[in-house]
Amino acid sequence: MSPPAHVRVGQPVHAPAGTAKVVLALLRKELLVELRTLESVPGMALFAVTTFVVFHFALNQNTVSGQEAAGILWVTLLFAAMLGVNRLFVADADQGGFDAFLLAPVDRSALLIAKALSLLTYLFVLELVAVPAFALLLLGPPLSQALPSLLAPLALGDLGVAAIGTLIAAMTVRTRARDLLGPMLTLPLLVPVVIGCARATAPLLQAGRAGSGTLPLRWLGTLALYDLVFGLIAYAVFDFLLED
Amino acid sequence: MRSPSLRALSIATAVAFCVSLSLVFFYAPIEAEEGFLQKIFYLHVPLAIVSLSGFVIGGLMAIAHLRTRDQRWDLRSYVVIHMSLIFGAAVLITGSIWARASWGHWWVWNEPTLVSFLIIFLLYATYQPLRFAIEDPERQARYASVFAITAGAFVPLNFMAVRLSASYVHPRVLGSSSNLPGPMMLTFFVSLGAMALLFATLCCYELAAKRTRILLKARSRILGFQ
Amino acid sequence: MISLAGILPTSVASTLPNSNSGYVAAAYIVFLAIVLIYVAIMAIRLGRVERKVRELSAREREKDRETV
Repeated sequence: MSPPAHVRVGQPVHAPAGTAKVVLALLRKELLVELRTLESVPGMALFAVTTFVVFHFALNQNTVSGQEAAGILWVTLLFAAMLGVNRLFVADADQGGFDAFLLAPVDRSALLIAKALSLLTYLFVLELVAVPAFALLLLGPPLSQALPSLLAPLALGDLGVAAIGTLIAAMTVRTRARDLLGPMLTLPLLVPVVIGCARATAPLLQAGRAGSGTLPLRWLGTLALYDLVFGLIAYAVFDFLLED
Repeated sequence: MRSPSLRALSIATAVAFCVSLSLVFFYAPIEAEEGFLQKIFYLHVPLAIVSLSGFVIGGLMAIAHLRTRDQRWDLRSYVVIHMSLIFGAAVLITGSIWARASWGHWWVWNEPTLVSFLIIFLLYATYQPLRFAIEDPERQARYASVFAITAGAFVPLNFMAVRLSASYVHPRVLGSSSNLPGPMMLTFFVSLGAMALLFATLCCYELAAKRTRILLKARSRILGFQ
Repeated sequence: MISLAGILPTSVASTLPNSNSGYVAAAYIVFLAIVLIYVAIMAIRLGRVERKVRELSAREREKDRETV
């Protein structure tokens, strides 16, 4: 990635571009690349739908509801997310993108934020496909009654996966066996997110009750706290990963 | 940080263990509910506390490493985390034995401490694979420190999250250490001290061995061969 | 609580003061075993280091003899 356009060789160097601008520029690049190559998102979405089919045969059930449904949805989303996390920094590592970025006079955390936001976008698109597919294939109670409340756990879960996934992706991309290490490191770290999301979603997917269960705020609070803490930690340590 | 004399530490550990085991088996009263089985408490819980503290201390040492860039902090961090993992394995095995004795199953999900421990164990089990997957030593140390800090922060959060998720209907198998009568409390703290001393001794032992090996490698490289 | 008496032969079970002593003993034995295994591994490593030191000093002496 070339340095910001207003820094040209031979001219006096202006102050480095504001972090927000850098983040937006990087994010735009990430999304454009993904749109052109379609490396991550279609694979993630397809994986999720296929997994639902596998679950049907593994459980030998036509519909699921309640905690079981919440569990299946979240495990599938999580593993599909792992696919995206694995690929997050691969292009940068293989094609020297890291070095180019390091030469630019910008705050390095901008890369973290941009990558996390792009992962967040991928997860959002993933859910656009996976959640309706889940409702179609496996979910017993109608999705419409759960949907507005479902957005909160989905959003908070996505934030957690994005923060931790991006950090671990950056850590493992330049190691041997990176496809193995990535999920091995990320999954334990995401257990609290799974706990919060699955428990928060379960009452929403209860069978039979009109208007179903209410969103338990306790879990949302825990999720938000967890996302905040790990977001901050990721921000604090990310610089050390990019030094060379 | 000069490491304290290994000999003094070993002797202190041996004495502490003799005292603590004597207290456990001859002084601490038999608990009303669980009976003799409760004696595992004096082994399992100190192991758990020392192991968890070790993980957090490893994270703190990693912070020191990243701030000072002194490789010695990385070595200490590595040894402490490795030792905590070994102690963690002991926690899981003794916890499983206790679960089997109390509930008849070798594993129980409704004991939040044990479940949290399993998650943390699985996480830290990736520490060494991560290190060995990076060849450049400086980068290896740096990445390991980042991991140690992240995982160290994760330890308390994980405990809180799992505790929240455990159902409050089942009684806690492993009992709480908060309302112990006097003699039990004393025994517990002595056992905790003995376990902490053991941890420190083994860590110093491991550090000395590693440093020797590093010196050896340096010498053999100077002399021109591996 | 599970009694150990049904699992162990009577002769062993009768030496234990309490039906749960077996589990307590097992836990402490596991702990001891882990510590001793660790010590054993360290001893093996120490042996290797000592061997290397001996090799190193032998080669050093050779080199000194050569340069003299």
